[in-house]
Order: sequence, then structure tokens, then C-alpha cells
Amino acid sequence: MRGRSAILFTILAVLILLLFVVDMMVGSVGISVRDVVAALTGGECDPMTRKIVVDIRLMKAVVAILAGAALSVSGLQMQTLFRNPLAGPYVLGVSSGASLGVALFILGAPLLGLGGSHILSSFGVAGAAWLGSAAVLAVVGVVSSRIKDVMVILILGMMIGSGVSAVVQILQYLSHEEALKSFVVWTMGSLGDVTFEQLWLIVAAVAVGLTLAVAVMKPMNMLLLGEAYARTMGLNVKRTRTLILLSTTLLAGTVTAFCGPVGFIGLAMPHVARALFAQADHRVLMPAAAMIGAVSLLMCDIVSKMLTLPLNSVTALLGIPIVVWIVVRNKNIV
Amino acid sequence: MILFDKLKLGYGSRVLIEELSSHIEGGTLTALVGRNGTGKSTLLRAIVGLQELLGGDIRLQGRSVGELTSAELAQMVAFVTTDKVRIANLKCRDVVALGRAPYTNWIGRMQEQDRQIVEQSLEMVGMAAFADKTMDQMSDGECQRVMIARALAQQTPIILLDEPTAFLDMPNRYELCILLGRLAHQYGKAILFSTHELDIALELCDKVALISPPTLHILPTEEMIRSGYVEQLFSNEVMTFDAEQRRVRVK
Repeated sequence: MRGRSAILFTILAVLILLLFVVDMMVGSVGISVRDVVAALTGGECDPMTRKIVVDIRLMKAVVAILAGAALSVSGLQMQTLFRNPLAGPYVLGVSSGASLGVALFILGAPLLGLGGSHILSSFGVAGAAWLGSAAVLAVVGVVSSRIKDVMVILILGMMIGSGVSAVVQILQYLSHEEALKSFVVWTMGSLGDVTFEQLWLIVAAVAVGLTLAVAVMKPMNMLLLGEAYARTMGLNVKRTRTLILLSTTLLAGTVTAFCGPVGFIGLAMPHVARALFAQADHRVLMPAAAMIGAVSLLMCDIVSKMLTLPLNSVTALLGIPIVVWIVVRNKNIV
Repeated sequence: MILFDKLKLGYGSRVLIEELSSHIEGGTLTALVGRNGTGKSTLLRAIVGLQELLGGDIRLQGRSVGELTSAELAQMVAFVTTDKVRIANLKCRDVVALGRAPYTNWIGRMQEQDRQIVEQSLEMVGMAAFADKTMDQMSDGECQRVMIARALAQQTPIILLDEPTAFLDMPNRYELCILLGRLAHQYGKAILFSTHELDIALELCDKVALISPPTLHILPTEEMIRSGYVEQLFSNEVMTFDAEQRRVRVK
């Protein structure tokens, strides 16, 4: 079995590298492999091509890898924590929180006559989304520290999320066409709206989130047997829960803030990891989910660019069959 | 090994067990019997530190449960709960290996010695041949044995089990209790399990702990049979306990 994991990890690493290059080849202008490699390694190529590859597509591809890994790992954490195969990174209201932030920013500000405000526009959609998701998770976090039953936290998160969505709908209902359209476009998800300065923010947040995820691999294995077993094996369940929530806030919150609520990667890819590796050990599943998340989001980005479709439609069309397969197969996986 | 000192257990104003002062020593198999809702699980959970005490104290090898850290507690007492672990992809060996969690580092790295203990634990419950099977492929009896192997791998002087015989058929119930008795006697462990199988408790256990609310009596099995406590608990207008026959009869 060790051999199987090693082979799979190698295949995934090669796939990431391949798709990373392919992702930089496709777009409104096709660029050959040779030119992409030349542009990246400083070889000889057209300055315009270099600009497209290095300034635009490289960053998008890096964001795809980071976002895919982050969403998938946070989905794995939520599925194990809540012992529910249909949990995902957004189950605690991360995306509704972010959409409230963005809705207030895009839709609410004009309604209040603050549309042209300089302070607000420099703050950016991403900042608003980050604040929104952080606010919702802070509420969930504070409440959950007083609650013993993890299922209550799940229901609370979903209810807070639904409540927030209702407020967003009111804002949409009251808004003008133009503002509404830019909001809807945000909800479709995009990897291309990240600036170079923001990239470092994403890298830092995802790095901390993934480090926390690595730190809770053993606790998550213990949680597979249920909280009572985990506690009698010496696990501080509350601390573990807090670390997992913090990690998910950083991972899913950051990705949603900068790329919009990208769906289905976090829900479906941990299952692909389980099925491929045939393991329940999070020391294998965590890196596996991260790599499969990266591969899948790169693939979705390539398809969405080739067919000029919104990213979220592609991730949904890829993810839904996988989720259906999980439900139909009906095995106890978490 | 387990010492109860004026222990009081319950939830808020609802007191289940009061003024319990007794002890359970190593090398004995003790059955915990009592009607539904009289505090069997609560007592087990209290010993393992999952339940707040209303008063008094529980001491494990001389140290108060409240003072022990969860890591220390995990090296002193192992618990087999009623939770079912039926996860696909999770092998028996992995479940038993989790019993080593209190001893391994932050990432759960297993040393050669840990691996040996896991194999021995599987061997002790007769599940060595199932080591590579996944938890969703096994019967209730086999699952229960794996969970007991996990408790053994935790290498604690005390093992508690909450209704381990609940979903098992007759031969499996007897086999399981004989196994528990052997583990207690051979390895000097104090093993306490809750059960509704009065006949098994009276036949195979060294001691019986009986909850007759709000009192818990712990007596050697023979004494318990003669004490009259069993009659009190299991006799009503339709049934009666026959001390000679050691079983409950319909009137």
C-alpha cells in the first residue's frame, strides 16, 4: 500500500506541473509550450508574449493551485470534524459571509449614497469579502466555544449562512442593474482578479492555514472514532476544534475573498482523495486532497478559459457527478 | 486501583448515585448492572473523565481524576464506548494503532515497539487475521473485538466498556466476556463493563456492581447473589429473581 501512495503522489505532482504549463498556454491568445517555458525561464521570446505569461497567466495559475489546495483541505477538515460526507468549506457560512461583505460593498454603498467614496473603493471587493467571512466565522467560533455538540455548530453555521443570504437577497432586490451585474459576476468566481500585492496575502494566509492543517492531522485521525474516543485517548477536543475552524477560516475565507465562492472543489475533491488512495489516514489524505484540489482547479480554469465559461459553472459540472457518485455508493467514509 | 470516595453523580438536581465509597482492584472483571437510566454510563464516563462529578472523588492508582491531565488519564484508563466505528478505508490495524496515540509524537509516528504492541493486541482478541480488513466489512462481534484491541493497545491498567455485549448474539456474548475475564486475570487489569445480561454477569464475573438508585453496591459475585439486592432490583409483579438458579423467572 505504501507503494501505491508513492506512485499516486508522483503522478499528481507531474499532473500539477503539466496542467500548470497548459494553463498558461490557453486563453484569449494561444501560446506554445516553447514560448511559455521561454518566457518563464528568461529564454528568447516575444516581449508581448512574455508580458502575458509572466504578468497575467503565471499569477492566475499560481492562484489556481493555491485556491484548489486550500478549498480541498478545508473541505476535508469540515467533513471529518462534522463526520458528514456532504460538509464542505462553506458549510459554516464562509461564502455567505463573504457575499454579504461584497453585497454591502457593491450593492449597499450606492444605496446609501456612498458609491463614489474613495475610502470604500480602495478597500476593494476582496477586503469586503474577507471581513464578511471573518465576521460570520467569528460568530460561529464564539458560539461554538460554548457548545459541546458538534452537530449544533453545524446547524448554527448553516442557519447563520441562510440568514445572511436573506439579507443579501434584500440588497439585490433593492439594487440597480449595473451594481447587480457586478455582484452576480463576483458570485460566478474568477481566478484572474488578483493583483500582485494581493497574491502575497493569499500565499501567506494559505501557508498558515495549511500549516495548521498539518498540525491537526493526528487529532483528525483520532476524531474518526468520535469525540468520546478522541478525548479518552488524550485529545483536547475543544482546542482541536478551534484550530480546525481557524484553519478553515484562513483557507476558505481567503480564497472566497479573492476568487469568489468557488463551489464543489472543497466538497468533492476530498472524496476523490479517499477513493484514489483507499485510506482514512489524514497524514496521507491531507496532502492528497491538497494536490487533487490543485489539479482539479487548474483543469477547471483551463476548461473555463477554452470555452469562455464562468469558473463556477465548470467546477459545478465537474463536482456534481462526483458528489452524486458518493451518495449513490453510500459507504461510510467519515 | 479504582477508588470511589463519597462519590455523588448526576445531572444538576437529578442525583443518580450518592455516597459511593468502594473500590475495584486490579486483576478483576466487574460487571456493572442496573435498570435503564440509573447511571451506568454516567459512572463509566465519570471514571474516564468525561463527566463532571457532583461531589466526592474518584481516584485512579491513588490520583484524583480531576487532577490528572487528559494525556495522563489516557495512559491510565481506556474506554470502549457504544459508538459504532464503521468507516470504509479504515483498516482494523489503523484503529488499533490509534490506541497508541497517547504515546506517539505530534504526527503520530509509530516506533517498532508501537507496531509490536498493535500486533499483540490484535492477537490477544483473536483478530490478527483481520488486521488488513476495513471496518465496514466486519460483523458487530468482530468490530467490538477490534475496539477492545484498541483499548489494549493503549496499555492502561484500567479498561472500561459501555455495554460491549449489546449487539452480539449469544455465543459472541459469552466469548467476549470470557475474553475480558482472561485479560483481567492474565494481565492484572481492572476491567469494568456495563451490561444488561444478568446471567453472564453472575456466571463469568469476579465482582458485580449493582445500581439500586441512589446506591451502588460492589460485591464479589457470590455475595451479591446472596445479598438480596438482585431480587430487589429485578423483581416485580411479573418476574422474580431466583438466587438458587441464578436467573430471572416469570412468575
